[in-house]
Amino acid sequence: MIAALIGLPLLGATVLLLGGRRTNAWGHFLAVAMSAASFILGASLFIQMAGKSEEEREIGQHLFDWISVGAFQVPFGLHLDQLSIVFVLLITGVGTLIHIYSIGYMEHDPNRRRFFAYLNLFVAAMLLLVLADNYFLLYVGWEGVGLASYLLISFYQQKPSAATAGKKAFVVNRVGDVGLSLAIMLMFVTFGTVTFEGVNAAAESGSSSTITWIGLALLLAACGKSAQFPLQSWLLDAMEGPTPVSALIHAATMVTAGVYLIVRAHAIFDLSETARTAVVVVGAITLLLGAFIGTAKDDIKKGLAGSTMSQIGYMVLAAGLGPVGYVFAIFHLLTHGMFKAGLFLGAGSVMHGMHDDVNMRHYGALRTMMKVTYATFGLGFLAIIGVPPFAGFWSKDEIIYVAFSQSMIIGLATLVGAGVTAFYMTRMMAMTFFGEARWEDDVHPHESPAVMTIPMIVLAVGSVLGGMAMLFVADIEHWLEPVTGFAKPEHSVSHNVLIPVTLAVVLGGALFAWSRYGRRPVPVEAPANVSFLTKAARADAYGDALNEAVLMRPGQYLTRSLTWFDSKAIDGLVSGSAAAIGGLSARARRLQNGFVRSYALTMLCGAVLIALVLLLVRL
Amino acid sequence: MNPNNYLILAAILFTIGVYGVLVRRNAIIVFMSVELMLNAANLAFVAAARNTGTLDGLVVAFFVMVVAAAEVVVGLAIIVTIFRTRRSASIDEASLMKY
Repeated sequence: MIAALIGLPLLGATVLLLGGRRTNAWGHFLAVAMSAASFILGASLFIQMAGKSEEEREIGQHLFDWISVGAFQVPFGLHLDQLSIVFVLLITGVGTLIHIYSIGYMEHDPNRRRFFAYLNLFVAAMLLLVLADNYFLLYVGWEGVGLASYLLISFYQQKPSAATAGKKAFVVNRVGDVGLSLAIMLMFVTFGTVTFEGVNAAAESGSSSTITWIGLALLLAACGKSAQFPLQSWLLDAMEGPTPVSALIHAATMVTAGVYLIVRAHAIFDLSETARTAVVVVGAITLLLGAFIGTAKDDIKKGLAGSTMSQIGYMVLAAGLGPVGYVFAIFHLLTHGMFKAGLFLGAGSVMHGMHDDVNMRHYGALRTMMKVTYATFGLGFLAIIGVPPFAGFWSKDEIIYVAFSQSMIIGLATLVGAGVTAFYMTRMMAMTFFGEARWEDDVHPHESPAVMTIPMIVLAVGSVLGGMAMLFVADIEHWLEPVTGFAKPEHSVSHNVLIPVTLAVVLGGALFAWSRYGRRPVPVEAPANVSFLTKAARADAYGDALNEAVLMRPGQYLTRSLTWFDSKAIDGLVSGSAAAIGGLSARARRLQNGFVRSYALTMLCGAVLIALVLLLVRL
Repeated sequence: MNPNNYLILAAILFTIGVYGVLVRRNAIIVFMSVELMLNAANLAFVAAARNTGTLDGLVVAFFVMVVAAAEVVVGLAIIVTIFRTRRSASIDEASLMKY
């Protein structure tokens, strides 16, 4: 049953990729059907699980022994527990909605079948990632989503920028993957097993330094996949991909895999204070950095990408707080999955009506032209900035609450992040849907077809009700407790104080943005004489420049000097000695002149020489 | 008679042979010079055998004769064949086997 969850989308991808042009006509329907079937299966498994008592909820499926070499045993086993199932529902649920949306969005694209094949491949790989019962199999899914992400970022492969962005994502992700493989090797060496069960059981037996190293390696992996500082640079460029991809992979699901990894490996992080602190610091830096970048972007998708980084920063931060935070990291991940997917689909819908223009300075006053998009985007906006009772309020407020319980600085970082989030999201709303119209005369904004708006409406409903449903109906804290552990923070600022303060900060951020972008006209050209901070935010906080200066340039010099050394010194030695011997033999060959008498003379000389030597030796 | 005289004669004969091999072009003459060198060596062996009173030098001399006979058979056959194909017995003209 569990294997079918992965098998269905994988079957869809296989049929579409191998079927070729014959499947062009109905390929997208197959992809949607496979994704939807997987969702229905996941939902029925969820209902079954919910009906059981707490101890019996965890089920596994052992398919076969994958690797069996000496002490190294890797089963190909799947594992469905309370944590996996919420991911399954998120991936297949949001995934199916985005599949449906893509039917409309990609309607005129000649490569639509390939697009759907990759989407199905992604869903299959992501499900494998969350259903694996050991780190090794998780790694397979981890690489699978990386592959799908690469293929989909560079989907418009005729555009050099898209091809480069795909490559960049691939390369940066490799850095993180090194962390994951190191962590797996360390686990095997230390515990002798790589299954979740085995590692969780044996974690106590490892020395504290080893545990810390494993934790840091896992953090590196999470940084790569989840675009956390210092490996954040690929996510903004990843927006070159089609918008549904940005919504599914680079907002709702794949980029949250790092959070899943940290929560899944909680047994490691529970034991290492250092690793947890590192996770919290990375999360805090990224949540501020992402929000900061989001404030100055004119490209609607890049603004949302900065926001995604920032929100994942919240999740990573919460995951680093230990048992008090794991549940809320996952909770925020789920609500974020819904409202951010909705926001991205809204952005896609706007682009669809604006000739694929992504520059918000060319938008304005779209609320009258795109009523459904405006409404759904607006609900997502209220959810992300954390207005009660929308989804983001419940999850983000809990994270701020537990952050304050751990440390004042971390708490303040999350609070400031919330204010900046309100600022850039309000700016985005104001520039897109309010103000005066700034588009060119030949652009005719129009609402998208129903096949696109319906998924947006569903996600908007999720953004409104999702938080309350998960917190009060599903009781997510106790649902996840058997897997992740859960503890109430010991002492923190009271909710009664914190909620009004947070709301005041959010309102402040929103009003500030409104005063700058809603009340005043927005220039069509981005102003050039702006502060240093604005310039920094426009340049992605100089992340690329830093990478170029610190890593790329020295790397290029290194490779250049190595190539030089290789071609001059190594090749010079080899081909030089060959040339020397060749030249010498060409000369030696001249001795072979064919005249018998000269041979005879040579022989005579040799004989005389030998005779002389013999005489000398005897003397 | 002083046994050194035999050795001096052998050296003179050998030198004549070497000279013939190095300067003459006619294959037959060269061949004869080679024979001369062999026989000079033979003479030296026999003289040495007589000097020391052992049989070793004599035995070697017999071997050299046998080898010389065999060499004459093969060598003359080659020279005759070359002469037939090239209408010349000059060894400088038969310089095909070179670099």
